[in-house]
Amino acid sequence: MKITELFKQGEFVISAEVGPPKGCHADELIEDAKKYLTNVHAINVTDNQSSVMRLGSLAVCKALKDAGFNPIFQMTCRDRNRLALQSDLLSAAMFGIDNVLALTGDHTFIGDHPQAKPVFDLDSASLLYTMCQLEQGKDLAGLDLVGEAPSFAKGAVVSPCSDSVDAQLVKMERKIAAGAEFFQTQAVFDSEQFIKFMEKAKQFGKPVQLGIIIPKSVGMCRFMNGNVAGVSIPESIFDELKADKEKTKAGITGIEIAARIIRECKPYCQGVHIMTLGWEDKIPALLEQAGI
Amino acid sequence: MLMTTLKSREAIASLVDGKAFIINCHGCKEVGFPEAEANELEKELCDAGKVTGIMTTDYVCNPENFKLRLKAYIPQIEEADVILVLSCGVGVQTVAEIFEDKKVCAACDTIELPGYQGVTALEVDCDQCGECFLNMTGGICPITACSKSLVNGPCGGTKEGKCEVDSNMECGWERIYRRLEAQGRLDVLKCPTKLHDFSTVKATGACKQSE
Repeated sequence: MKITELFKQGEFVISAEVGPPKGCHADELIEDAKKYLTNVHAINVTDNQSSVMRLGSLAVCKALKDAGFNPIFQMTCRDRNRLALQSDLLSAAMFGIDNVLALTGDHTFIGDHPQAKPVFDLDSASLLYTMCQLEQGKDLAGLDLVGEAPSFAKGAVVSPCSDSVDAQLVKMERKIAAGAEFFQTQAVFDSEQFIKFMEKAKQFGKPVQLGIIIPKSVGMCRFMNGNVAGVSIPESIFDELKADKEKTKAGITGIEIAARIIRECKPYCQGVHIMTLGWEDKIPALLEQAGI
Repeated sequence: MLMTTLKSREAIASLVDGKAFIINCHGCKEVGFPEAEANELEKELCDAGKVTGIMTTDYVCNPENFKLRLKAYIPQIEEADVILVLSCGVGVQTVAEIFEDKKVCAACDTIELPGYQGVTALEVDCDQCGECFLNMTGGICPITACSKSLVNGPCGGTKEGKCEVDSNMECGWERIYRRLEAQGRLDVLKCPTKLHDFSTVKATGACKQSE
């Protein structure tokens, strides 16, 4: 089911993100989803996340769909040229996978195959444009598709806490012009920064899902601050994590922080997108504490 | 080697909003320059009263020497709304670096030819990609200044203005954004979605055959 329909119905849309394993078995991932992700509207499946080679996003989306979940197919432009991207979009449509999140993708250089040739024939904006073309029954060469055209809920990403937020807003506008219908954000740790961003972004009239990562530890937060683009974690969160080490280790502090951010930002956005980073089991508690 | 070909008349007309100062770079011996078409274009623009001056030179990519020669043309350049450069991408970017506050446009696309490539020990670079994007990017090349050669704006990988691939490398799209912002031309970024046309690369083979 297209998640754009949920936004239209006024739902506060909750999605979670899972990363396929480096191997050809998705059983454990599906079992975890059955245990912890039954209360979310949709599940994003990452596409060779961080340029690390893994089981394919499309295959895992299909497995999740067969298990009764509503998958969001993440597509990056790093590993495929326009022929392969269009072909995979048609394959997704054939499987009834109709939520697609378009990303440019991390550079191959930062992943586990730095020797690989990065593609970037298209980018996030031109991939959205490509979906629109396919929906018109045409491919990028202008040739007709056979039969009924596919239809997608077309998603994109934006970083509200980027240090170059104005350039991000320009890109966001460009993605909307290219066909983006909803947005998921990079992880937010500073509600005030997000609210300021939404004051500017609301003019575009597109639903935005607040990006959430449960902070696991001081080390993890320090790493993200130093290395993850678009993430900026304020000192106060470090203080909270340092206060009670046992509580932090058990995930209780992280859940409290994430739930608070969701409660503070909820009036300003249309949903929440949770990047679990292996903490799928914490999602039920997080949703409960956040009151969603 | 490389070859410059003139962009379409419509594309060039859309660049010349007001009056233009034209710089022709007859370049180095490794460059094929469309002289006859350029003369025709420049005559048309002159007849329409849209030209403040024309400078025909070589090696625009040698900035020290080029700047000396530019001195005689400063009043005409100041009078112009746009500097239209007929050269390879390195020449256009060199002019754009010199006149950071001015709209500098490429009138040509640059196509790679097999063989020796002109040596220019400059920070700017032209990939000879066959479809020049400099007019949409404030004269900073997104193909060579962005590690992913993105043509529709920055990715999300910028951290404190640096590229995710190399923390010593400035994000090309940050530079593009800042230059257009300083020129009051951010609207340029609100253009339709671009798809890089790689089919022009086949011109390499075609030209080789016709040699």
